[in-house]
Amino acid sequence: MSADLSFGLELLVSGLLVGVLYAMVALGFVLIYKASDVFNFAQGAMTFFAALALVSVLPRLGWPLALLFVVALMTALAVAVERLALRPLAGRPPLALAMSTLGVTFALGGLAQALWGTEPHRLSLGISAEPIQAAGILINRVDLFAAGAVAVIVAALIWFFQRTKLGLGLRAVADDHEAAMSVGIDLRRVWVVAWTLSGLVAIAAGILWGNRIGVGFAVSLIAFKALPVLIIGGIDSIPGAIVGGLIVGATENLAEGFIGPLVGGGVQEIFPYLVALVFLMVRPYGLFGRPVIERV
Amino acid sequence: MRMRRLWSGSAAASLAAILALLVASGPAPGASSGGVLTVPQPIYRTGAYAAGGSGFAGGREDYFALLNARGGLDGLKVQWSECEDAYDTARGVECYERTKKDMVVVWPSSTGITYALVDRSIADKIPMVTIGYGRSDATDGKTFPWIFPVLGNYWSQASSFIRYIAASVGGEGSLKGKRIALLHLDIPYGREPIPMFQDLAAKFGFEFRNFPLPAPGLEQSAAWVDMARRFRADYVIQWNFGQSCTVPFTAMHQVAFPIDKFMGVWWCGSEEDVRPAADLSKNYVTSNFTGVGRNFPVIQQILATVYKNGKGNIDEARVGTVYYNRGVIEAAVFSEAVHNAIKQFGLPVTGDKVRWGLEHLNFTEARLHELGLTGMIPPVTLTPDDHGGVSSAYFQRWDGQKWVRIPGLWQPYADLVRAQIAKSAAEYRNQKR
Amino acid sequence: MLYRECGVYRTSYAQDAALFPLPADRLGTAALVLAAVLLPPVLGTYWLRGILIPFLVFSLAALGLNFLTGYAGLLSLGQAAFMAVGAYAGVILYGRYGVPLPLALLGAGLIAAAVGAAAGTPSLRIKGFYLAVATLASQFLITWTIQHVPWISGGVFATINTPTVRVGGLVLDTALRQYYLALAVVALLTVFGMNLTRSRIGRAWMAIRDRDIAAEIIGIRLLKYKVLAFVVAAFYAGVAGALVVFCWYGSANIEEFDLVNSVRILGMVIIGGMGSIVGSFLGAGFVTLLPILVSVGVHKAGALAAGGAANGLVSSLEDLIFGTMIVLFLVLEPLGLARLWKTIKDYLRLWPFAY
Repeated sequence: MSADLSFGLELLVSGLLVGVLYAMVALGFVLIYKASDVFNFAQGAMTFFAALALVSVLPRLGWPLALLFVVALMTALAVAVERLALRPLAGRPPLALAMSTLGVTFALGGLAQALWGTEPHRLSLGISAEPIQAAGILINRVDLFAAGAVAVIVAALIWFFQRTKLGLGLRAVADDHEAAMSVGIDLRRVWVVAWTLSGLVAIAAGILWGNRIGVGFAVSLIAFKALPVLIIGGIDSIPGAIVGGLIVGATENLAEGFIGPLVGGGVQEIFPYLVALVFLMVRPYGLFGRPVIERV
Repeated sequence: MRMRRLWSGSAAASLAAILALLVASGPAPGASSGGVLTVPQPIYRTGAYAAGGSGFAGGREDYFALLNARGGLDGLKVQWSECEDAYDTARGVECYERTKKDMVVVWPSSTGITYALVDRSIADKIPMVTIGYGRSDATDGKTFPWIFPVLGNYWSQASSFIRYIAASVGGEGSLKGKRIALLHLDIPYGREPIPMFQDLAAKFGFEFRNFPLPAPGLEQSAAWVDMARRFRADYVIQWNFGQSCTVPFTAMHQVAFPIDKFMGVWWCGSEEDVRPAADLSKNYVTSNFTGVGRNFPVIQQILATVYKNGKGNIDEARVGTVYYNRGVIEAAVFSEAVHNAIKQFGLPVTGDKVRWGLEHLNFTEARLHELGLTGMIPPVTLTPDDHGGVSSAYFQRWDGQKWVRIPGLWQPYADLVRAQIAKSAAEYRNQKR
Repeated sequence: MLYRECGVYRTSYAQDAALFPLPADRLGTAALVLAAVLLPPVLGTYWLRGILIPFLVFSLAALGLNFLTGYAGLLSLGQAAFMAVGAYAGVILYGRYGVPLPLALLGAGLIAAAVGAAAGTPSLRIKGFYLAVATLASQFLITWTIQHVPWISGGVFATINTPTVRVGGLVLDTALRQYYLALAVVALLTVFGMNLTRSRIGRAWMAIRDRDIAAEIIGIRLLKYKVLAFVVAAFYAGVAGALVVFCWYGSANIEEFDLVNSVRILGMVIIGGMGSIVGSFLGAGFVTLLPILVSVGVHKAGALAAGGAANGLVSSLEDLIFGTMIVLFLVLEPLGLARLWKTIKDYLRLWPFAY
């Protein structure tokens, strides 16, 4: 029994740590949805684009400069996407905007591979790969670093939203577009800020995931892992993304470890969705999501 | 408003430009007319598997360039073309349909496209050469007259793994009681070796368990914790593809699983799979069906002839890599089959004749030496009933910089493999009655 | 002036309820059907197998999804999974149990519809984006089940090949015959669908899409119509999946029905126009044919480049161009190609006059 317990504990810890990484990806979606009600299909492609850009310029520029370059690049990209793919569709049904971001996905993927090639790259963070021993289980150092990084980013985001004028503007826009416009908040500027923030989050996610799985096209597929996170936590809630990520990560691993052998394995993808469905039955907008109030 | 007019203008203009380009195309010549042998290739240079696709295409095209530089393939100049299918089955089928009138062979380079084209290739009389992938039971030439694995199928490879592990533990007798895990993508490709491993487990008394990873298999910590802590595997074999081949190196480090007990299938054994993991992948062993590296006469000739004039079809640094060499071998097998066909039937070259050529493929040591392929592939002889596939595998180890071949050839347990092939082919015939 | 509505008098209920009340529409549709039937023998196998059959198959799937997403307003990302159910059900019924082909197609649709009913039950409680992701659960669950249950998957390859496809005594082994089968099925189901959307069920769906609470208040039973929407969408997808097996690939392979294809079909519905039958076809054409068009065009242009090494760049540019064209067309007409078509028809109504 104790073997099972220790096995379960190790699954849980590694699951929680990877859940933090899922939350990182989910944050990108949340930021954009909060500000503009758009589901950004391109988040995965943006993550891949940022990671590939970084590894491609890293050998020539070295760390601080390369990071700055990528930050500037993603900001420019965010501005370009907002101006070219979204602003012309302002006021249109959200699905049209979502589909536009799907087009951006193809375009970004193609652009990244055209600019920087199709070879997978290595992204090293300079952290030793030796795991840490604690309570009889092994914990990955990089995962702990990632958890720390995510905590810092979330704290920064929370500070941004609570204390800065721009952040308050974003929250106002998320609450009610028209009311925000009527008090003089520039909607377009807010959208650009939201997309830039999401781009920066994509850089962080790209670095962490690129380090974990290598920087290649598959990095853009990580975004799909964020979907159950979004519906458990609520698509417009930052704490929801974190909580949802932790739940999804833990569920994945525990389900695969304990229920997998009973049914033939390979259930780690389905289980978060099943758990999400159960959550949704009780709270149809996710744990922390804002219920949509419909007027009849 | 101006913006919208700008957008609509550009949309219309780009569509018109594409249509104009399309229209400005003439009919392509037949497959071998006027001293030219056309070789259209559906290939993928984008997407998650782009490294593989570009490697194949580069290897094949360079080999053809070498032939052309020497006067061609029995006097025919080889003219290749590419059709991008992005590893998508629908587009692969469309590429095939578009170019098949000039085709005398097709390399689907993707399992999905292989399955979709099985019936077509029969009707269109174009042989399919699926070296190292596709259907393992296609070795049975009677059931699959138009599909040629030639050098290795998955079941053969699976049994070679067991033979390799047996050699490491001191003989088949010592396999009893060992625990062998298969870490695989939960797709047909990944599940294919399971019956073979189960048969071998029954025969040798080792414990076998498979750990499926839902595609794309990028998150593997649950499987690794299980394999390392609960199942306590003695050996782990990975049967993945794409970036899911790279993830294990970090994941196994997390659970302190030793790398020398980890090995990979030949689709997880390319430079692109191990480089992103840097030092963590050192000493990783995989199987292969071709030799790797540049130390072969034909590769040296390609470097000297084709790349000297800067007319290579791939980044020169990739010459001699795993996927590249596989492309070279695919082209070499095809060229040999065409050579056989011309010798037997003369011109023009048709798919049916190339099929005959493939069925009478006879790569003896002497012939390999003539072609400069010594060491790249083991000698192989095909017959109309045996389209190849039950063959010995090479094993190679990554030393951090390049792949180094482990000396020796690991034979499959041919009787078990053939039994599996017979069973599966019978099932196919039953489905198709 | 070319597309006239005035001067058309309807003197009976039958005329009023006709599917194509305007002569211009009737002529146009007749011409289209005539072209679809008479042109293919001239076109050759490439156009049939490479372009038209995929187009028909995906149009059918997109049509089904359009009922669910466009008419009933329920976002679903599980359409490819329903296609998978139909594909395997069809080939098992036909291949393993010898059920005649038309019944096998029907059976495939019905089995997929049953699965769709189960998959649609969360729609009563969940809405919008959350529903879309919830349908992903059914996408993954169905795919997993098909692969892991040997009775369904037919063995380790999870691929079931179909025996010779015959209807009665007629063997469907040429591209032309396969095309006609697909055309017949798609035409039949399209007419059925057109009538469905004009009926009480269609109106109930549209009411649910606009304001489901209000719809419930006026007496439309949400349970019945939402699940019915899933059932119909899954039925169409199931038949489309069976057509993939019998008319296109010749085998049911689970890898062809993955999430990427679900997203693609949703893309066809949105780009084509939600809530429009014509839109489903236009969208399917756009998404299946445009990449090929772009690929051929770009490679011709890139043929000026040297050697194979540049081909990678050219292929990546294809994706870039395809994505940009999606954005361009959406900006041009956010409501989809069907609305664009309607705008053209409106223009033709007045042309050459200005108003």
